[in-house]
Amino acid sequence: MFTLEFCVAGVMLISLVIYMLTGGADFGGGIWDLFATGRRAKAQRSLIMEAIAPIWEANHVWLIVIVVLLFVAFPVAFASISTALHIPLTLMLVGIVLRGSAFVFRTYDVQSDTTHRRWSRMFAVASAITPIMLGITLGAVASGAIHVDVESGQVDTDFISAWFAPFPFAIGFFTLTLCAFLAAVYLTLETEDSGLKEDFRRRALIAAVSVGAMAGLSFLLSAEGAPMIRQGLSGAPWSIPFHILTGAVALWAIWTIWKRQFRLACILVPIQVTLIVFGWGLAQYPYLVTPDLTFSNVAAPDAVLRPMLIILGVGGVLLAPAFWYLYAVFKGASRKTNDAPEQLDT
Amino acid sequence: MTDLLAARAQMAMSLAFHIIFAAVGIAMPLLMVIAEGLWLKTREEVYLTLAKQWAKGTAVMFAVGAVSGTVLSFELGLLWPNFMAYAGPIIGMPFSLEGLAFFVEAIFLGLYLYGWDRIPKYAHWFAGMMVLLGGTFSGIFVVTANAWMNTPTGFSIVNGEVTDIDPIAAMLNPSSFSQALHMTIAAFLAVGFAVAGIHAYFLRRDPNNLFHRRAFAIALSVGAVFALLQPISGDISAKKLAKYQPVKLAAMEAQWETERGAPLRIGGIPNEDTEETRYALEIPKALSFLAHSDFNAEIMGLKAVPRENRPPVAIVHFAFQIMVACGIVLITAGVLGGWLAWRRKGLPSQPWYLRFVTFCTPLGFIAIEAGWTVTEVGRQPWVIYGLMRTADAVTPMPNLVVPFVSFTVLYIFLSIIVFILLRRLIFTSV
Repeated sequence: MFTLEFCVAGVMLISLVIYMLTGGADFGGGIWDLFATGRRAKAQRSLIMEAIAPIWEANHVWLIVIVVLLFVAFPVAFASISTALHIPLTLMLVGIVLRGSAFVFRTYDVQSDTTHRRWSRMFAVASAITPIMLGITLGAVASGAIHVDVESGQVDTDFISAWFAPFPFAIGFFTLTLCAFLAAVYLTLETEDSGLKEDFRRRALIAAVSVGAMAGLSFLLSAEGAPMIRQGLSGAPWSIPFHILTGAVALWAIWTIWKRQFRLACILVPIQVTLIVFGWGLAQYPYLVTPDLTFSNVAAPDAVLRPMLIILGVGGVLLAPAFWYLYAVFKGASRKTNDAPEQLDT
Repeated sequence: MTDLLAARAQMAMSLAFHIIFAAVGIAMPLLMVIAEGLWLKTREEVYLTLAKQWAKGTAVMFAVGAVSGTVLSFELGLLWPNFMAYAGPIIGMPFSLEGLAFFVEAIFLGLYLYGWDRIPKYAHWFAGMMVLLGGTFSGIFVVTANAWMNTPTGFSIVNGEVTDIDPIAAMLNPSSFSQALHMTIAAFLAVGFAVAGIHAYFLRRDPNNLFHRRAFAIALSVGAVFALLQPISGDISAKKLAKYQPVKLAAMEAQWETERGAPLRIGGIPNEDTEETRYALEIPKALSFLAHSDFNAEIMGLKAVPRENRPPVAIVHFAFQIMVACGIVLITAGVLGGWLAWRRKGLPSQPWYLRFVTFCTPLGFIAIEAGWTVTEVGRQPWVIYGLMRTADAVTPMPNLVVPFVSFTVLYIFLSIIVFILLRRLIFTSV
């Protein structure tokens, strides 16, 4: 089981989880910028901006890592996905470009309300489009609609039907709600203003319910839309205990948000999202692109995978302290100062 | 517009756009680190102001560079899936290393841009150094992957199947060193002169402005040093080309006949129908010497390969001439600046020289664009030299003109905004 391609696939899944927990939350910030309302709308936007600014570029690199791992280790899968899903991937790229550009333009353009609003709107809309397109892509990959001839590597596609279907769209919006959920929960710890904390607590609760609804809808649609995943999600021996675990964490997370135990919520919600992504990974295993491509039948030779895994290992060890430092500098201090008011609330 | 042409146009446009931002992302940290280092050493406030001001422009350029680079990594598959299915594993090593270098760059850039008041002074300077290293190596690894397309090594082909992949050998292919060196120097050279040119413009109006004097001194020094290094790397590149990519060299020089003692052509209009180059100023035997260090060495001409295996000669030849012309002007500016500074024992701020450096502002970037045109168009009709044709690598996706036009409009929009923002940042600086 622990073949080299299995290890690479594991690293890809972990990278995807980290990308969701970090980069996904940055997109979620943009979604809440779009839905900034009330007296504190401006303060909400500033808080989101300050929270994202120092880290979004580092968080974004996880996506590059996933793409590189995919095309190096599973080249035929990369070629098939980018052929059959050309349209959603292109839209995702447009979203990525506009999100990043609008964000930095907003920071360095003249600080007037009109320019601010213009870039804010572009940043927010692009932040919403990108995770939807990412989710549609993942949903289409899981759906079993992309047929590939393993021998020739030729993909049989009309470029539309594999992704323009209910199940991929459900996963797209599921991803959107996950990003929004993560962001709202994280943002409760980014401020000491109790009004803002309440704003994002309410948003976190709304997002939590939406996540539950989208998870349910995706599961329902998977019966027709992704039968192999459905099989994995409901039929495997691990599936029922795993769902119970995910559900328990989800309920506990909502409870902590309700009780304003935000520090605990900021641990539980990422665990919940991790379990969701891992659950999907387990359900899809050993398929990379259902129903034709598995991790083993399209893996690059060991001579390619081995040095790559060594680089990943060494790189991970070298980068971990740098990442830790980045987060300690920009996220550590504000969390500590948040301890006291929380105690009072509960 | 055929789908193949649209795909090529989209790729070329995306690269041409990204490379400006990438070069700035590689080289600006050097200027910032020098300025901040001088501040740490001298405690002159102007150096800190300078580092902070440069950091603002760099932040804008870096963000657009990061997202446009992401587009490129996806476009490899969106436009050229057959190429990636074939080459992905072989060139995986430089791309994996590039991912790590990009991580280093992005992590420390966050610390650098937002950490002025949050981390210790020397930690901040160190963060700048890491951005510089991450960016430089990022660029080197990407160029290495491109070098493999020019001189593919590190695998064998048995019955049409790729086997015996050696990722290290693929990364260390014959073109890697010369291309990576040439591009890295070009980035520092172009950015050094672009920044020097901008500050020279202000110095002409306000000759005693300390901010612009310091900025001009740092940027010009960087530009001049790399200008002096670039001819050496150009010479290495020429010799590699003569050995491994003779067709590209022939197209660059519009050399049709295979001959000994081939001349170096300045200007000239190659005619691909009549297979001759007219109106060129020819320096006898110079090409043979530059390519092989021997005035009578044999140079392969374009006629030695069938027409369908030749690149578009005129484009490659003109682009090469443009690159060399820009390079010569910049080298002149560098040498002149060094000489003037040495004679004056100070800043070369004669108005005529400032005017000259201002004129140089865009030349490095024009040279970079022209140089990439030479290496990419000069490799055609191949995507992997001698192995896979560009036409065989393209996606079956129809209507590729739509993404091409969309990305073009998007990038034009971004270019305009970036131009306006940088202009404003520059004009509101001290």
